[in-house]
Amino acid sequence: MKRITATIAGSLIALAATVSASFADKLTYYCSAQEDWCQLMARSFEDATGIDVNMTRKSSGETFAQIRAESSNPKGDVWWGGTGDPHLQAAEEGLTMEYMSPMRDQLHDWAIAQAESAGNKTIGIYSGALGYGFNTDLVAANNLPEPSCWKDLLKPEYKGHVQMANPNSSGTAYTTLASMVQIFGEDDGFEFMKGLHANINQYTKSGSAPIKAAGRGENTIGIVFMHDAVKQAVSGFPIKVVAPCEGTGYEIGSMSIIDGARNLEEAKMFYDWALSVEAQNLALQVNAFQVPSNKGAETSESAPDMSLIKLIDYDFKKYGSSDERKRLLQKWDEEVSTLPQ
Amino acid sequence: MTPAKATQTPPVLIFWIVAGWVGFVLCPWYGVEDGFFSFEWLVDGYPFEEDYSPAAFLVGQGEKLWLAPLLIPLLLPLLALGREKSDPTYFRILTVAGALGFGWLIIQGFSIGIRGFNFQWMNAAFGALGDRQFGMGYGAMICASAFLFLFTQGIAARGAVNGDVFVVGAIGGVVTIVTAFVFFPIANMLFSAFVTDDGAYSISAFVGKFFDDRLWGIGCFFGTRCGAALNSLVLAIAVGFITTVLGLAFALVVTRSGFRWKRLLRALTVLPIITPPFVIGLALILLFGLSGSVTVFIADLLGTQPTRWLYGMPGVLIAQTLAFTPIAFLVLIGVVEGVSPSMEEAAQTLRANRWQTFRTVSLPLMRPGLANAFLLGFIESMADFGNPLVLGGNFDVLSTEIFFAIVGAQYDQGRAAVLAMVLLFFTLSAFFAQRAWLGKKSYTTVSGKGDAGVHPLMPNGLAIPAMIVALSWAIFTATVYGMIVYGSVVELWGVNNSITFKHYVTAFSIRIEEEGIRWTGAAWDSFWTTITIAAIAAPLTGAVGLVTAYLLTRQSFAGKSAFEFGTMLSFAIPGTVIGVSYILAFNVPPIEITGTGIILVVSFIFRNMPVGVRAGIASMSQLDKSLDESSLTLGANSWQTFRRVILPLLRPAILAALVYSFVRAMTAISAVIFLVSAEYDMATSYIIGRVENNDYGLAIAYSTTLIFVMLSAVALMQLIVGRTQIGRRMTQSRTNV
Repeated sequence: MKRITATIAGSLIALAATVSASFADKLTYYCSAQEDWCQLMARSFEDATGIDVNMTRKSSGETFAQIRAESSNPKGDVWWGGTGDPHLQAAEEGLTMEYMSPMRDQLHDWAIAQAESAGNKTIGIYSGALGYGFNTDLVAANNLPEPSCWKDLLKPEYKGHVQMANPNSSGTAYTTLASMVQIFGEDDGFEFMKGLHANINQYTKSGSAPIKAAGRGENTIGIVFMHDAVKQAVSGFPIKVVAPCEGTGYEIGSMSIIDGARNLEEAKMFYDWALSVEAQNLALQVNAFQVPSNKGAETSESAPDMSLIKLIDYDFKKYGSSDERKRLLQKWDEEVSTLPQ
Repeated sequence: MTPAKATQTPPVLIFWIVAGWVGFVLCPWYGVEDGFFSFEWLVDGYPFEEDYSPAAFLVGQGEKLWLAPLLIPLLLPLLALGREKSDPTYFRILTVAGALGFGWLIIQGFSIGIRGFNFQWMNAAFGALGDRQFGMGYGAMICASAFLFLFTQGIAARGAVNGDVFVVGAIGGVVTIVTAFVFFPIANMLFSAFVTDDGAYSISAFVGKFFDDRLWGIGCFFGTRCGAALNSLVLAIAVGFITTVLGLAFALVVTRSGFRWKRLLRALTVLPIITPPFVIGLALILLFGLSGSVTVFIADLLGTQPTRWLYGMPGVLIAQTLAFTPIAFLVLIGVVEGVSPSMEEAAQTLRANRWQTFRTVSLPLMRPGLANAFLLGFIESMADFGNPLVLGGNFDVLSTEIFFAIVGAQYDQGRAAVLAMVLLFFTLSAFFAQRAWLGKKSYTTVSGKGDAGVHPLMPNGLAIPAMIVALSWAIFTATVYGMIVYGSVVELWGVNNSITFKHYVTAFSIRIEEEGIRWTGAAWDSFWTTITIAAIAAPLTGAVGLVTAYLLTRQSFAGKSAFEFGTMLSFAIPGTVIGVSYILAFNVPPIEITGTGIILVVSFIFRNMPVGVRAGIASMSQLDKSLDESSLTLGANSWQTFRRVILPLLRPAILAALVYSFVRAMTAISAVIFLVSAEYDMATSYIIGRVENNDYGLAIAYSTTLIFVMLSAVALMQLIVGRTQIGRRMTQSRTNV
């Protein structure tokens, strides 16, 4: 046994050699935005402060699950990016902590409103409006009319051409469901979802998958956040972005400090830095077309112009709460997803 | 084995007594937060700083007093020094000390956690603790091993397994780690199936989730959707059946036909092992998706609209058949070759024609192989995660449902646990069925004697269809893999098909600077992590596997069959289940390793251990037991025999197990996706990220690179192992080859 123990110890020491012991300050950073944006934020923060950043990228749902699983022994320090609902839910469950950043006076009102609705446990870093995009080649090939409103998607000629994510697994799709309820009222909103269900070819698991499938020509119309659709169009895919005529809901990408963070000082430094013009301008380098929360930050020319889109007065507090969420999802599960297609 | 002096203390005993004290007095008791291998603590207030303090210093300063009782089992073995092994007091002292120490470590570890007492009734009984403890570190680990091996020495002294200290210690060690890293997390997770929303245990919580329509619904017969359990079951049976038929066709063509390119067909067997997940799925989309080249071509030809037929059961079925047919082939080729030609010749001498011979003699003798291939296909399909994720469409299967129950917006741990139980039930049933089937009948036709016959060729009525099936499937496989390589060098597949190497550049660019090479490519981080973790896990997997195989083939002891079952069990546990259970079990003390590289290494060891065990068993059963006996008769103990006689003869098996577990660790995804962290991101989870981001070019380029890396690893192994075998054959008497 001794020899075996020695072998084991030997190979463990080999691991040690690869993990260089670092004496610098560090930060464990959970990121729920797109990979390259996450990477860029991490590297730029390292350059700006000399703090070592450990970054994990997971979707906001996965990150929320992880933070909740780790709540008795938090491993992460700061959680940046991803749709606001899980951040609000984390705040509601006490998984994140209150922090008043000195940068707040530079931010748009919607970013502050997001913070205030959660007892300042989270803050808005970017926003994006919901909409859809369609593959122009496929629309032409199938002789379909170009849709421009939400209600257009209910037309029978789009049967089998529409894709959205499953609201149970995707924050984007939940935002869609909650927006329809707010635009049309609860009863008509669910009627809309039922009508849509008949045309849906697949409920994907991830929120932006429908437009990616449309980009590759595997689907015709994808209901997603418009900035995701713009990104596909900019990458060279034949995608046209639509801001639906009835008006639409939106998300506020958020940031929170995890309660019990082991590197609290560094987390606060990151938080302040992430709200600065300098950090928010980085989005343009990676084709992230969301609207930044700092008033001074640049917006892309390709970004959907928020002032031209009819935005509804989205009630984040109500529709972000876990009770309302559970109720709507259960109702959707029972009344919509069980219908034949 | 009589010692020179009757009262001489065995050095092993002294070693473990000293180790126990070192663990208690010198090493930091709790896990060091900066990581297992950061030694900053040595200069940072050790030994008095509470975070790095050894247990003795903690107790000495009046803290963590629950560690104080450990002194008793540490002092106790000192009384055994100088006593004879045959003295009953000797074994009593050691068993009691070991059991007490180990037991107390576990009890205190589970009772006192980050928030004081872990159980309500303890707060009620003893009052709030007002103190807490984190995960175990070096000190606790060393102490635990010391107690364990003191205990096994005690048992050995009492006469278990002929008083063999090494064998008893090895059994104890394997049982402990398998319990800690297989049974404990699984049991822990299954319990969470009974937890209600407010944290109480209730059977109705389980029943409600178990009889969910999303699990067992039969809606697909009425126009809506079927439950995930039903989907998984149907899919797995279909995949098992198809892969077995295809595998048999391949095996027959290779062994019983005049086909010229047999070696090429054999090379196919290596494919599923070295293919990263998702790649097959992606290639299928690019061929048969709505805008896939084949779909569009055929739609144009027939003048119809292309459809999304691929998404759902058809796509998953094709992808899994592609992936798992080679496994069936691998199993069946051995069986088909193993059927003794003498039997078939006997049948032919008795005037059976080729068809009758095949149907009444060869085929029945292949039955265990067919069953085995079917069950392997069944289990692999059940556990598969990557293909349903990419191609599933609205076709939900258990493995992906488990994933989304945990990571989805609902975050329903209980549901994940229930789904995992159903999945586990299916795979375990298959596992038991396989063992039951193969255990009872004897199909052995290869005896030690020379069997110089030649297999008869297949009857023509069989040869032609088998050849057509095998060839067309081989061509299809080759096309799919060709598409993979092609996909990695086009700009934007389907949109812009110009040839470019930019994906490789993005992933693997390097820059040479004054300080040396800078790995600037996006993939390097995860690539090196993957190589490192796989390289560390492989020898450990091999070691655990071989020791276990040695115990199973060479020793007999009480509870051996339960032991065997336990070590093979992790084969039947799907990766998703392992991943979920690890994150639940090892995020809290006493074993707190989530977010580290260690958890990845550990998960690979126990995922791949059955492979090491089986490789070991297979080659050890070929070594005559008389070799061990002569070594033992000449005065070596069992450890020396294992080390000097058996291990050198097993070199090829060891090498094979090493390469296999290395490669498996590089392509694993289902468990890994739960366990990766900021510091330790693996190649496969990085690739998923790219796939999610529509960055197919980079994902496929990275996968292609991995395929070639693994291919060279396998080729290297073939080269070395091949030589060793030839060397042995030359020295032995020639049998039929």
